[in-house]
Amino acid sequence: MQITITKMIMAAVTCEERKIHGVPVFYARDEEEQERMAVMLSRVMEAVAHDMGNGVYIIVKH
Amino acid sequence: MAIASGVVLGTLARYWMMRRDFRQYPSYPHAVVNHLALGFVAATLGAVAVPAIVAKEYTAVTFLALASTQFREVRSMEREMLGSLEKSEMVPRGNDFIEGIARTFEARNYLVMFIALVTSAVTFRFGVLFGVLSAIVTAFAIKRLMKGKIIKDIANVRSAEFRFEGPNLFIEDVHIMNLGLPEIREIYYKRAKALILEPFDDNAREILANAGQRQAIAHDAALMLGIHRDVDTPEFTPLLRRNTETGRIGMIIVPIEPDEKCLVEAVKNVPVLESAQSNPLASGAGRCASD
Repeated sequence: MQITITKMIMAAVTCEERKIHGVPVFYARDEEEQERMAVMLSRVMEAVAHDMGNGVYIIVKH
Repeated sequence: MAIASGVVLGTLARYWMMRRDFRQYPSYPHAVVNHLALGFVAATLGAVAVPAIVAKEYTAVTFLALASTQFREVRSMEREMLGSLEKSEMVPRGNDFIEGIARTFEARNYLVMFIALVTSAVTFRFGVLFGVLSAIVTAFAIKRLMKGKIIKDIANVRSAEFRFEGPNLFIEDVHIMNLGLPEIREIYYKRAKALILEPFDDNAREILANAGQRQAIAHDAALMLGIHRDVDTPEFTPLLRRNTETGRIGMIIVPIEPDEKCLVEAVKNVPVLESAQSNPLASGAGRCASD
């Protein structure tokens, strides 16, 4: 039997330090890099990047 | 003669039932052989019943009971097979759809048995010609009676406009999802198609509220129009979301074939799943609440 994790935040990407706790955080230099990192992470994790609206992307496996 | 005609026409009926349903049948040659063989067994069991009774061989009829256990196996066989293929589907069928398909496969064997029984009885009494005629009439009657509803019967399906408010995707007043990446939104603007399903009444509203039914719609539409996604782009999974105020359903899909008319047609012809059927309007409370 294969078990997969779903409905879980795999990682978060942000430019602002000390904003996120409890999940793997990736810090970007600017918005452009943040976007690139979010694309990369979502492809690698086969997950979806969601915009929290406060400068944070979360990568969620659905 | 009665038995032979029952067996032959019963098996032919099984083949005919398989052919007319492109969606429910995966059409692997080996699966076809499986089901034809089982159809043959069902037809034989149905065909011998009447001659056995006439010959006062009542024990032969107990075979019918044996058959029902056999055909229950068919259901679990189909369920297991489709279930194990789920993981490799771009847009899974969902458990409800699989259960419906498996049940149909089981039921069709009983229908074959019934056709064979009628055919052999009529052949026995009136001759082969009438036997063949009765098989055709029964087969068409069954086709008519067993025809379930499709989405077209319960809801109005029309294409609609979608828009992004920030990262949030809306179809008219239905919120679909949050898509963070601008490049994904760009592709949506270029290729995505949106539909609105408006249920005709409260019964239809409850049917469309069923998540399994919505998954079935997504699966069928993606199968027919192709889907612009791969395993690492779950953003392009077709989604159907519900406006909880009105019960209207918004559907977004990024198809390979960008033909809106075909998309509407595909969704209209999705079967209403037996497990999604509900009938709140048949109850006093449901009727009273509906106005």
